[in-house]
Amino acid sequence: MSETSKGKIVKVAGPVVVAEGMTGSRMYDVVRVGELKLIGEIVELKGDTASIQVYEETTGIGPGGPVADTEAPLSVELGPGLIESIYDGIQRPLDDLVEAEGSFMSRGSSMPGLSREKKWHFKPTVRQGAEVGPGDIIGQVDETTLVKHKIMIPPVIAGKLKSIKKGDFTVEDTVAVVEDGNGREHQIRLMQRWPVRNARQTQKRLAPNTVLVTGQRVIDAFFPIAKGGTACVPGPFGTGKTVVQHQLAKWVDADIVVYVGCGERGNEMTDVLTEFPKLKDPRSGEPLMKRSILIANTSNMPVAAREASVYTGITIAEYFRDMGYSVALMADSTSRWAEAMREISTRLEEMPAEEGYPAYLAARIASFYERAGRVQCLGNPQREGTLSIIGAVSPPGGDLSDSVVQATLHVVKVFWSLRGRLAYQRHFPAIDWLTSYSFYKQYLKDCFEDTEQGEEMERFTVEAMGLLEQEAELLEIVRLVGAEALSPKDRLALETTRSIREDFLHQNAFHKVDTYTSMTKQYELLKTVLHFHKEGLAAVDAGVDTAQIFKLAIREEIARAKYISESEMDKISEIRERITEQTKQLAGSAVS
Amino acid sequence: MRSLKEYQTVTNISGPLMMVEMVDEAKYAHIVDIELADGSIRHGQILQVERDKALVQVFEGTSGIDVERATVRFLGRPLELGVSRDLLGRVFSGLGAPKDDGPAIIPDKRLDINGRPINPFARDYPNEFIQTGISTIDGLNPLVRGQKLPIFSGAGLPHDKITAQLARQAAVLGKEEEFAVVFAAMGITFEAAQFFIDDLQQTGAIERAVMFVNLANDPAIERIATPRFALTAAEYLAFDLDMHVLVILNDMTNYCEALREISAARKEVPGRRGYPGYLYTDLATVYERAGRIKGKTGSITMVPVLTMPEDDKTHPVPDLTGYITEGQIILSRSLHRKAIAPPVDVLPSLSRLKDKGIGEGKTREDHADLYNQLYAAYAHGKEAQELATIMGEAALSDEDRKYMAFADRFEVRYIGQDYYENRTVEQTLDLGWELLSMFENVELKRIDVKLIEKYMPRFRSKKEPQVDEQNTADAGTAEGTE
Repeated sequence: MSETSKGKIVKVAGPVVVAEGMTGSRMYDVVRVGELKLIGEIVELKGDTASIQVYEETTGIGPGGPVADTEAPLSVELGPGLIESIYDGIQRPLDDLVEAEGSFMSRGSSMPGLSREKKWHFKPTVRQGAEVGPGDIIGQVDETTLVKHKIMIPPVIAGKLKSIKKGDFTVEDTVAVVEDGNGREHQIRLMQRWPVRNARQTQKRLAPNTVLVTGQRVIDAFFPIAKGGTACVPGPFGTGKTVVQHQLAKWVDADIVVYVGCGERGNEMTDVLTEFPKLKDPRSGEPLMKRSILIANTSNMPVAAREASVYTGITIAEYFRDMGYSVALMADSTSRWAEAMREISTRLEEMPAEEGYPAYLAARIASFYERAGRVQCLGNPQREGTLSIIGAVSPPGGDLSDSVVQATLHVVKVFWSLRGRLAYQRHFPAIDWLTSYSFYKQYLKDCFEDTEQGEEMERFTVEAMGLLEQEAELLEIVRLVGAEALSPKDRLALETTRSIREDFLHQNAFHKVDTYTSMTKQYELLKTVLHFHKEGLAAVDAGVDTAQIFKLAIREEIARAKYISESEMDKISEIRERITEQTKQLAGSAVS
Repeated sequence: MRSLKEYQTVTNISGPLMMVEMVDEAKYAHIVDIELADGSIRHGQILQVERDKALVQVFEGTSGIDVERATVRFLGRPLELGVSRDLLGRVFSGLGAPKDDGPAIIPDKRLDINGRPINPFARDYPNEFIQTGISTIDGLNPLVRGQKLPIFSGAGLPHDKITAQLARQAAVLGKEEEFAVVFAAMGITFEAAQFFIDDLQQTGAIERAVMFVNLANDPAIERIATPRFALTAAEYLAFDLDMHVLVILNDMTNYCEALREISAARKEVPGRRGYPGYLYTDLATVYERAGRIKGKTGSITMVPVLTMPEDDKTHPVPDLTGYITEGQIILSRSLHRKAIAPPVDVLPSLSRLKDKGIGEGKTREDHADLYNQLYAAYAHGKEAQELATIMGEAALSDEDRKYMAFADRFEVRYIGQDYYENRTVEQTLDLGWELLSMFENVELKRIDVKLIEKYMPRFRSKKEPQVDEQNTADAGTAEGTE
């Protein structure tokens, strides 16, 4: 990258540095600040004076220091080697940094996002002489056992493929040459660059139409997210936002997972790093790390890089979407991203809007979530890719009227509301079933191969949700006049909803079986709980005392059904048979 | 040593801030010495530089400084702490100057007190269980090495006794390793600091302790540097000298107030309750210095203490702390009133790293299921208690009454212990089983059946014999037939 040294520092205030003599610099150009060559980005221009947000700690920087302009916007490197990487907010590989600089982060280091030495085996999929255009796939690299990395023609290049080579290449080697209409030659390499603040192009946006299965019962059955959809998880601290995000990153039915740890805890990233290589993908049996990319800008790392980390993540995610993959991006937490924006804005002395956040907060959040979607990818062969975004929000004091939550709710289609009350009862995931919502519920039935089963599941979820609504009302009555006032049927309803809550909605992320539940098993479990309700009602009609129904031995089996492994699923239907048996027996004895 | 330029160009002084003009070579975050007319020296740090103007925050406050005669020297380095093994057993001021009668430290090296962020890839996951001897922590919210677990307290609650108990009892099972305690006092009273020091002296642990003390009547701005001095010392002890360090920061609320004072003096746009918008980031640079590092023996475990104004958990200081730390131990005023000690409010307390530090080979296989069950049962009992206060105990179902009885017993026996009682983790776990033995097996939904079969019989046999679950169900059917 070319660097022209021209500016001179005149002011330093925390992460913001002001330099003069910056004539000709453009907004969002990356600059190197001071003798230490700290990485920064121009965020404001006034005449020849530029305000720069610096991605590193500015201690020891003072007026008079040099500023060099790289004359390029903040970009990421896209190519083989992304998968299994762990980057900081501006795509510096953290694992390589440890090797080069030790356990603590130092300043001014520049390390390319992709290894320059590693060779990849490239297999062309088009022949020499073919006409190619932007986004066309010309070959692939088997990056990991799970990911076939498609090599695409970068945008704006089109023409005739003059040459294409099979073999082992580094990311900088030329693998193909394209001659455009004017006779100019373009070298195609395994790697391309893309500025992070611009969305990558697509041919057409499409509406999401399938559910992104997560293996989390409360999410899949009641508040599903679609492939290409957006969801947010707000909640006060200690309600399990991060566990929900981790669970999704582990089990989500996506080809690629990008996990952005934005201003969160260092130990959480370590958790992901130590756990992902050990966990197996339930579909392929391969380690989950082989489809994951991690971006870690923990809370004690410089605040400006935190602002960039979200864009770095989404650009990488878009790149894989363009290959025709389904990609899921988890951002934990978008509140920290918003706070980083606020801090920079304050240092720039911009006029604040609500709670000191900049006036453009809502616009930035909206345009970030809009980068999700199901798309017709650019180029040939025709393919569809999806990018789903799941953002955690950490509102102060758990207050949902917080600006970040409100701005997010305006744009997302799925809302998983985490409640402190549920967390105290150790009901996890602490997703409140009465206030959460999803706009993608209609696609749930298509998750099942058997359409009948799908429609049945849809009915079950409606019935269960109806009962849960009823529970809230009944509990109100109990609170006012006591449990005695309830009719036997209402009492049964309360017992059933308790079973729905404890035996279906409650899910233990740390239990080896319970951590992931397939759609079929979810169907079986819900069917069993509701079967108990149905048979119970019949027994009540036959005059059986509810207390006896509640004492049935089968109830313990229902409670433990969720721990039955996927391979022994027929055991769950056996439970239903015994429910019928035992309630019939009760009803029989009540009649006699 | 190169000669330092001196400036007598102080122009404005306002609150803790001072403007010096016509300077060259002022660098952001470097420190200055300020010599007053009477020859006394104060210390400051550069908060902002613009051309030839430097904005300096004065740690000891600006009273007595005048614009005419004050002399400012720019030292050309950030705030540093000289470290060596001799730090152990010493007491320092909030700005790192020896405060006891001992000699000055001859440093092995000088370290920038801001430290550097640990590369997330270099972190090692905290998974070594620390036995604190306190049931509510060991049993329900286990602390692991490298964790940061704050105590959310309130005015008049005994957090000092708990931190002293932690410092006294915390140990890793079955290991004899070098340990150290680093204590940073920020704006606490002489009494509170002395209580802690005396306690360490009694157990002899004082020789393995380093203290940085900024008392309530010491300069408030100094508190901004105090935890950073403490953590720099801790990092040196942990990662250079391979010790396991327990850092206690008391009280973080005072620290945040000092930060607010600076922010207000700089006329920054305030966030919630006047605290600066960057409070989260600032607190993170303190808390995130806890941890373990791959390939290094030592570790830093952190217990920050903060007092919640009005016991309000949503106040910015506890709120933002909770978002950074790995859980929180919350103290309860109502338990304290009932003379249950230590008064840990079990339900909202949480240790996020608990699942990694417990289980077979670490504590015992039944640990995870057991705490889930205890939590659930206690939560049910508390709900019943609330219901009883609204509608009277008569309105409760038999089941609710049973859980209520459990909650009472749990509070007295499990939560309640003495500040000098050091329970082993086995004792804590067994106590849990004993308390749960008042329930039928079928009610213990959160515990694996195999574990119930293995552990419960021991505690059942102590009480009157109980019919097993199958018989109970049959008995129910039989009754129905009559």
